[in-house]
Amino acid sequence: MSFISQVLNGLGLGSIYALVALGYSMVYGIVQLINFAHGDIIMVGGYMVYLVLVVLGLPLWVAVLVSILVCAAVGILMEKLAYHRLLTKGSPRISLLITAIGVSIFLQNAFMLMFNSDPKSVPTLITRETLDLAGQSISITTLINIAVSVVMMVLLYLLVNRTKVGKAMQATSEDAGAAKLMGINTNRIITLTFAVGSALAAVGALLYCNAYPQISPTMGNLFGLKAFVAAVLGGIGSIPGAMIGGYLLGVAEILTKAYISSDFTDAVVFGILIVVLMVKPAGIMGKYRKEKV
Amino acid sequence: MKKAKRILSVALAAALMTMPLAGCNNNGGGSSGDVIKIGGLAPLTGEVAQYGTAVDNAIKMAVEKINEEQGGILGGKKIEYICYDEKGDSSEAVTMYERLLDEGVVALIGDVTSKPCKAVAQKAAADNLPMLTPTGTQEDITDVGENVFRTCFIDPYQGELMATYAKEKLGATSAAILYDNADTYSSGIADAFEAAAKELGMTVTNKEGYQGGSSGSKDFNAQLTKIKANNPDVLMLPVYYSDAALIAVQAQAQGITSTLLGADGWDGVIEKIDASNLSAVANARFCSQYSASSTDPELQAFLKEYKERYGMDANMFAVLGYDSMFIMADAIDRAGSTDAEAIIAALKTTNYKGLTGTTTFDSKRNPVREALITGFEGDSYKFIENFSITTGAEE
Repeated sequence: MSFISQVLNGLGLGSIYALVALGYSMVYGIVQLINFAHGDIIMVGGYMVYLVLVVLGLPLWVAVLVSILVCAAVGILMEKLAYHRLLTKGSPRISLLITAIGVSIFLQNAFMLMFNSDPKSVPTLITRETLDLAGQSISITTLINIAVSVVMMVLLYLLVNRTKVGKAMQATSEDAGAAKLMGINTNRIITLTFAVGSALAAVGALLYCNAYPQISPTMGNLFGLKAFVAAVLGGIGSIPGAMIGGYLLGVAEILTKAYISSDFTDAVVFGILIVVLMVKPAGIMGKYRKEKV
Repeated sequence: MKKAKRILSVALAAALMTMPLAGCNNNGGGSSGDVIKIGGLAPLTGEVAQYGTAVDNAIKMAVEKINEEQGGILGGKKIEYICYDEKGDSSEAVTMYERLLDEGVVALIGDVTSKPCKAVAQKAAADNLPMLTPTGTQEDITDVGENVFRTCFIDPYQGELMATYAKEKLGATSAAILYDNADTYSSGIADAFEAAAKELGMTVTNKEGYQGGSSGSKDFNAQLTKIKANNPDVLMLPVYYSDAALIAVQAQAQGITSTLLGADGWDGVIEKIDASNLSAVANARFCSQYSASSTDPELQAFLKEYKERYGMDANMFAVLGYDSMFIMADAIDRAGSTDAEAIIAALKTTNYKGLTGTTTFDSKRNPVREALITGFEGDSYKFIENFSITTGAEE
C-alpha cells in the first residue's frame, strides 16, 4: 500500500515536470531550439502568484489568470527579442543555445533585483487536506497535480490535432519552408508555440507553489533541467512523450528516495536518461528523422 | 623616488624595533596600572562580518557596563578590550592573535566562527592563554587544551536535548528524523538525537536524509510517506528555517500528525511560512539559546539598548558575546589575579547567570545550561519553557 502512495507521490511530482517538459518539447519540435530559459518561466509564474496573492492580496483566480498571461507574454517577448532575429537569419544552432542561456541568466538576475534572493513563501492555493482512500490517506495536492496535468495534456492534444492552428503547428514543425509556401504565417505560429509552452509552464508553476510553497529566483535551474531531461527521455518534439517522460522521471525520483537513498536520486534520474538514449536515441516516443542533406 | 624608499625603510625598521619592545613592556604586566587587557578576535569585515560585528558590539556594551556600573574587576581595575579584525580568515586570525599577545592581553574572547577559532585555539593552547569563544560551535575546538572554553552550545548537544525533551516533557516513545545529509550541522544534531533517543528507550522509526542546499530537491514526499507509515510520536527536523518551513507544510499535506521538533536553525521559520500555512507548525517545538520573545527583563533591556545604540536588532551572536565578556570578567575577578592558571581554574568553576541562562562548564569546557523551548502561537513565536538535561548521576 505504501508502494502505491509512493507511486502517487512520484506522479504528483512528475506532473509538474511534464507540464514544463511540454514547453521544451513544443519549442524544440517547431524551431529545433533547446530553450534553456524555459525553466525560468516557472519561476516567473511563481513570483506572479506571490505578487498577486501576497503583495496585492487579490483572490486566487486573479493569480491564476495573471501568472498564465504574464508567462505567455514573457514567452512571446523572449522569442521576439532574443531568438527571432537569430532564427530568421539562420544563425548557427550554438548561437541560439548560448542566447537561451543568456536569457535564463537575465531572468534570474532581474527577479533577484526585484525581489532579492531570499526565498519567499506563498500561501496554500487550494487545500492541504488528505483524502481517505481504502484506509490510506492520500494528499489531495498530489491528486490535483495529476488531474490538472492530464487535463492540460488533453487540451493540448485537442489544440494540436483538432484545430486549424494545430495543423499549422504540425506543418511548420515538419517543414517550415513548405508550410510558408502553403500560406501559413510561420512567424505567428512560432510565437504562438512559445506562448502556449510558457502558459503550460505557468500552470506548472501554480502546481509547484501549491505543493512546495516557497519560491526563489533560482528555483527554475534544477527544475528546468529535470524537465528538459523528461522531454528528452520521452522523445523531444513529441507531446505524449514529454508527458510520459515527466511522469517516469517523477516516479523514478521518488522511488529512489523511498527505497534506495536520497543521495542517489539525481544519479538514478540521469542514469535512466543515459540508458534510454543508448537503447532508443530518439527517446521513448521520439521518431528518428533522417537528416536531409 | 630613491629617497622616498629609504625613508620608508627607515620608518619600517623603526616600527619593527619598537613592536617587540612594546610587547616586552606589557608581557606579564597586562594588569599593570589600572587596566586589565582582554583581547578579542572577530571578523569585522568580509563575508561573515555580520556575525563578528554583532559579537564585537555586544562585548563593547558589556565592557562599559562592567567598568562603569560595576566599578571594574579585581578591586576597581578597568577592563581594556582590544579587538582585532581577522576577516573570517584562519591565517589572519593567527596573525592577529600574535598581535594581541604583543599587546599583553591576559585572556581572549574569540574567535567567532569555527574555522579560525580552531586555528587560534591551537595557538592559545600552546601559550596556555585563557580563551573563551562565544560562538564557535565546532565540537573539537575545546579539545585542544584545558584553557579553551565556549559559551555557545555545540551542535550535537541540541540533538541530545531535544530527544530528552521529547521523552520527558512530551512523553514520546517513538521518533523519526528527517535531516539534510549534505550539512554537518544537520547531520550532527540528527546523529546525537538518534543516539540519545535510543538510550532513553525510544524507538527511532525512521532516519531519513535528503540532499539540501540551493540546488537540492524541494520535494520531501517520499521520505514523509515512509515516516507516516510508522506514525511516530515526534518528528525531529534538525534543519535550517527555509527547509523546515517546506517540510512542515508537506508533512501536513501528507496527513502526518507527529509533533515536529527542531533546533536553533528553526529561528526565522515564521518568516518562511505564509500565514495560511502556519497551522503546519502549530504544535512544533524547537530549542534555542535565547529567545527574543523571552520575558526576562535583563534580556529585554539589553535588546532595547543594543537597538538604540547600533540601530539594528541584536541576534544570538550578540547575546552570546555579551555573556562571554561577563563570564570572563567574573572568572578573572574570582581568580584574584591575572595569572593564566588562576583564570583557567576560575573559569572551570563558573556559575554565571547571564542573558542566556545560568552557565556552568562540563569536563570538556562546553556550557551546561538551560535551553529555551519555543513554540508557536498564531503568527508569532511563543516561549514555552526552559529545559535542560539533568543527568541522573548529578542528582
